[in-house]
Amino acid sequence: MNNTLSFDYIVPGDDFTRAGEASSDVKHKLKQIGYDPDAIRRVAIAMYEGEINMVIHAGGGKAHVEISPEKIEMILADHGPGIRDIDLAMREGYSTAPDNVRALGFGAGMGMSNMKKCSDTMEIDTKVGKGTTLHMTVLAKKKQ
Amino acid sequence: MNQFFHSVTLDKDKCMGCTNCIKRCPTEAIRVRGGKARIISERCIDCGECIRVCPHHAKKAKSDSLDMIQNFKYKIALPAPTLYGQFNNLDDIDIVLTGLKDIGFDEVFEVSRSAELVSEVTRKLMQEGKLEKPVISSACPAVVRLIRVRFPDLCSHVLQLNSPMETAARIAKREAMKKTGLPRSQIGAFFITPCPAKVTAIRMPISCKKSEVDGAIAISEIFAKLAAAMENLKTVEPLARSGIIGVGWASSGGESSALLNDKYLAADGIENVIRVLEELEDEKIRELNFIELNACSGGCVGGVLCVENAYVAKARLQRLRRYLPVSQNHIDGRIPGGMKWQKNLLFTPVLKLSDDMNEALRMMAEIDEICEELPGLDCGSCGAPTCRALAEDIVRGFAKKNQCIFIMRKEIKNVADALSSMGTFPLLSDEEEKKS
Repeated sequence: MNNTLSFDYIVPGDDFTRAGEASSDVKHKLKQIGYDPDAIRRVAIAMYEGEINMVIHAGGGKAHVEISPEKIEMILADHGPGIRDIDLAMREGYSTAPDNVRALGFGAGMGMSNMKKCSDTMEIDTKVGKGTTLHMTVLAKKKQ
Repeated sequence: MNQFFHSVTLDKDKCMGCTNCIKRCPTEAIRVRGGKARIISERCIDCGECIRVCPHHAKKAKSDSLDMIQNFKYKIALPAPTLYGQFNNLDDIDIVLTGLKDIGFDEVFEVSRSAELVSEVTRKLMQEGKLEKPVISSACPAVVRLIRVRFPDLCSHVLQLNSPMETAARIAKREAMKKTGLPRSQIGAFFITPCPAKVTAIRMPISCKKSEVDGAIAISEIFAKLAAAMENLKTVEPLARSGIIGVGWASSGGESSALLNDKYLAADGIENVIRVLEELEDEKIRELNFIELNACSGGCVGGVLCVENAYVAKARLQRLRRYLPVSQNHIDGRIPGGMKWQKNLLFTPVLKLSDDMNEALRMMAEIDEICEELPGLDCGSCGAPTCRALAEDIVRGFAKKNQCIFIMRKEIKNVADALSSMGTFPLLSDEEEKKS
């Protein structure tokens, strides 16, 4: 039997009221499955940040989540403007979020670094003008 | 003692099997089965929401009767500050306190007094920086129980200090022992409670092995008797010994403002509380030192065992507080050990599908499959609060698919179609008839 569950979500663009729906659904599922609380916390944060990024920068996108007893994989894909300079984007406090978004309390430039911190692996595949695909993994037992 | 004591119980004769309670339960702990509501014991947090919404008054809170105090030689009343807000035109708290002595208590110890001590100790601990921030108040037992079953990551943020009720009982009993010379066993301390969760906190405490409170009497239970006694008082004893800070605990925001720190959040009403906890868990709420959460709207004044409307009570308390000093109770020096929790708050995963993760994953897949078949209306007619909850019950083996009236209707239609088609076709075709 295949012990992997997968879920797909559509992340709507420009709708801050709905951002976070996917991550909170995944969180609830992980709790029911009996995942380790620390792993759940890291998944919830990493995925929420990813969702918010898709809302702010990319006009929405898709989220694909796979849950197995060993790990949780998250693939967040959008057709947004892409990331010009990944190193810069990873820097804490760096943000290209527009002022109206910052006024809402988002876009503090912590998103990418937070995702990196919370996930065990993170790969970014981005093309300027085409979009970004983010692949994050959180292991059930964190690597020491 | 029973593994799960609950103060919230059901009167089967009054239950009509409607779906009001299942819809409002924050932990999905109620199902209607066989036309009657049933509370799933391990999930119930005794918040009293179902008592509040039941139109047939079938949900009740088990609290103690005033007669119970007769089991003790020396009887101490521990009135919640909420009690003072129940009376119209009250301008002196002493009238309430003297009234309590008039209806049978030997001594009164205001819970607002120990609330001031809890506030002071909290301020101290926060200044020392020893607590994990943001600190979550542990004063509302329904919230503590909610965190214990739904928010594993937040358990360590809960303030591990006994509630003002528990602290009041400890101090009051110690003082009474000194004053009367009686042993502890002959001194009874009774909380005058606005809510059923406090009753549970006494019978099945989370913070300590055994509560020092001997009983909880509902405000609604003694209201009439106490009001009558207050009318007929000859003299009013000067008993009140708490200030703005202690009395303020009765309504939402009171505990927070007592910390004299601006970085706090106070939320009330169980749905709002859950929303805040979800965001706290996701670390979306930052830069706060203290989180005060009350399961009831308005705070303790909104408790289901209160008599008066929460907002009227709050307004009255505001007026009463105006003439009080800021705080009258202080701790000199060291924090008394009796104020701290004896046990840590341990996560109890009652919503988990299975202890075996592979099995849980399989069940989760099955739940999703069943959800696809269900109409997604969350109508509650099946007795579960949502279609997803029904799917969970089916997978856990507690329900059947055709409890959903839409699925049942489809099944009936199939049977009806099959039956009616039997009449329209000849039983045997011509060819078959020739052969026979």
